[in-house]
Amino acid sequence: MTTTTASENWFKRMTKSNKVPPVYFFLVVIFLVTGILDQILSDGQMFTNPAIMLNIIVRSVALGIVAVGQTLVLIGASIDLSVAYTISITAVMSSYIMQGDPAKVPFALVGVVVIGIVIGLTNGLIITKLKVNPFIATLGVSLIIKGIINATFSNYTGSVPQTFEFFGYGTIGPIPVSILILLLIVTIGWFILARTKFGAHLYGVGGNSEVARLSGVRTDRVLIGAHVLCSVSAVLSGIFLVSLMRSGAPWVGPNGVYDLNSIATAVIGGTALSGGKGGVWGTLAGVLIFGVLATAFNQLGVNPYMKNILQGVIIVLAVASYTVRSKKEAL
Amino acid sequence: MTASTITSESTSPNFFRKAWAWIRKVPPVYPIFLVIFISLGFLNPTGYQTMNGIMTYLRPASPLAVLAIGEMFVLALGGFDLSIGAIVTFCVIASSKFLANNPANALPDIMILLVIGVIIGLANGFVVSFLKVPSFITTLGMMMIVRGAALYYVGGAPKGYLTDNWRMFGRNYIMGVPFFTRIPYAFLVLILLGTIAFIVFHRTNFGRQILAIGDNMRAAGLSGVKLKLVRMMTFVFCSVFAVLGGIMVGGYGGVNVTIGEGMELNAIAACVIGGVMLGGGKGNVIQVIFGAFTLQAIVNLLNQLGLPKPYTDAVQGLIIIGVVAYSALSTAKKR
Repeated sequence: MTTTTASENWFKRMTKSNKVPPVYFFLVVIFLVTGILDQILSDGQMFTNPAIMLNIIVRSVALGIVAVGQTLVLIGASIDLSVAYTISITAVMSSYIMQGDPAKVPFALVGVVVIGIVIGLTNGLIITKLKVNPFIATLGVSLIIKGIINATFSNYTGSVPQTFEFFGYGTIGPIPVSILILLLIVTIGWFILARTKFGAHLYGVGGNSEVARLSGVRTDRVLIGAHVLCSVSAVLSGIFLVSLMRSGAPWVGPNGVYDLNSIATAVIGGTALSGGKGGVWGTLAGVLIFGVLATAFNQLGVNPYMKNILQGVIIVLAVASYTVRSKKEAL
Repeated sequence: MTASTITSESTSPNFFRKAWAWIRKVPPVYPIFLVIFISLGFLNPTGYQTMNGIMTYLRPASPLAVLAIGEMFVLALGGFDLSIGAIVTFCVIASSKFLANNPANALPDIMILLVIGVIIGLANGFVVSFLKVPSFITTLGMMMIVRGAALYYVGGAPKGYLTDNWRMFGRNYIMGVPFFTRIPYAFLVLILLGTIAFIVFHRTNFGRQILAIGDNMRAAGLSGVKLKLVRMMTFVFCSVFAVLGGIMVGGYGGVNVTIGEGMELNAIAACVIGGVMLGGGKGNVIQVIFGAFTLQAIVNLLNQLGLPKPYTDAVQGLIIIGVVAYSALSTAKKR
């Protein structure tokens, strides 16, 4: 009894001093548990095969990129449900503009980033100026984008040039490019939140918008900025996906459930839905938990519907692992 | 229009001010509903200006209203319930197997579904109030669990059809009613459930405690509200309404694996149109019912205009944003 409390205290001190989000503990547990199950029930490659370890991260890249943007928005006490269809429109538009021609790549990239900025601005302006609840505003925008895509495209459209597939399949030495991209995006997210004035303001707006406004923060601009960054991160995620798939299809976003999954991973990582709290490193752990689960389910050959059930249980347990000790009541 | 009638009538500015104050007090959902419904009537007089047509419109609108009422309880508390769409799917595809094409199984099936609804609600409420997981995540997880469980039970694809007596609540009419000509069972169910919900929400301590928690959970807790009990009961209420709504949706729509997909979002949208604030502390059963009717009317209006499905989605998104912006701005001005 005494030893457990002592070790708990030690653990608490360590996590506090290094500011490691508590969810990393859960990530390690999940990895060990599924790895051991894999050893017993299957061929045990999760611990021994480095390719599978890398695969866990590679699987997580698309979700990870958009989850970073979602984290920013959630910290600002907003939410973005339009990311799934933003990913779709990016995937479709970029491969439609490229048509397999390397010379058109810059046009495509500029084009889709502009689309992302427009979507983010729309979200931000509806929320701040029309005072529509962010949940409804982004849900509405998501319906609008869905309508526009489905009215224009119905299947795989265009293709990306061979060189562009570098993002999805290339490697630098032994390390896949996709992992480097994910790390880069997470680092940028961390830099914005922890090292810039915008980041500090965003925490302020999310924590208490009125206090932030009274202390001279232009709250509307900060929130609009967060939404633009989030939509752009969704665009980057869409670009990455299209380089993996070689051609864009309108269903990539909704099929990956990127809207709800990105929110789930951010919250698993310790970002509060009520805003003002959280960070991208926690989100990264949340994304990796999803990656570990997907890989483990594959290894163990779990029934696809059972996968759904287990994933739901584990999402709840992951969040419960750190909320259960909090004194604050939840809703 | 209001301004001109008032200026012609107003002999004293006092009357003018009073009338205007009264008009401002009308919740925005009613004028919005009227505008959309009247424009439907202009586009299709036989469809929306006859009793027959209105009853046809109420048949799919009623299940949505039932789902929205349940969702309202949780929203008024300050939470979310994202699992209701999955519960609808569960009701439909699990029943397709359990009924085994035998009408005699309908009653036991509905009983079992209600028990499952209670269990889902208890689980949601337990995780939120004892494990302190935010309801958004709890019910998101529950959504995956319930949908996975439904598909696991039937092995991936629906196994049969829904018997006619099971589908009665969503599909059939009582024929030959004077004045109304015919009334869908779904509407009668809505009136019954709406009355129950109205009494529970507006006339009991439980309802006031929900609003108190939604307004300020700490204050409610300090003034003696049993936070854990009230939250668990609210989630149970919502899940049971989702089961009842699911039976009606299935009755109307028939067997379909994706039948409940996105319904949680529709229910939330209906609530917000009906003046519910996400974040809690506000809610009104009748306004929410009209919020659901408005949403259904928007869908029918777009179908009436003959737009292809994709455009319907886009315009629906625009209208929802517009409607909510209108009510948000008009409530903001009053303060």
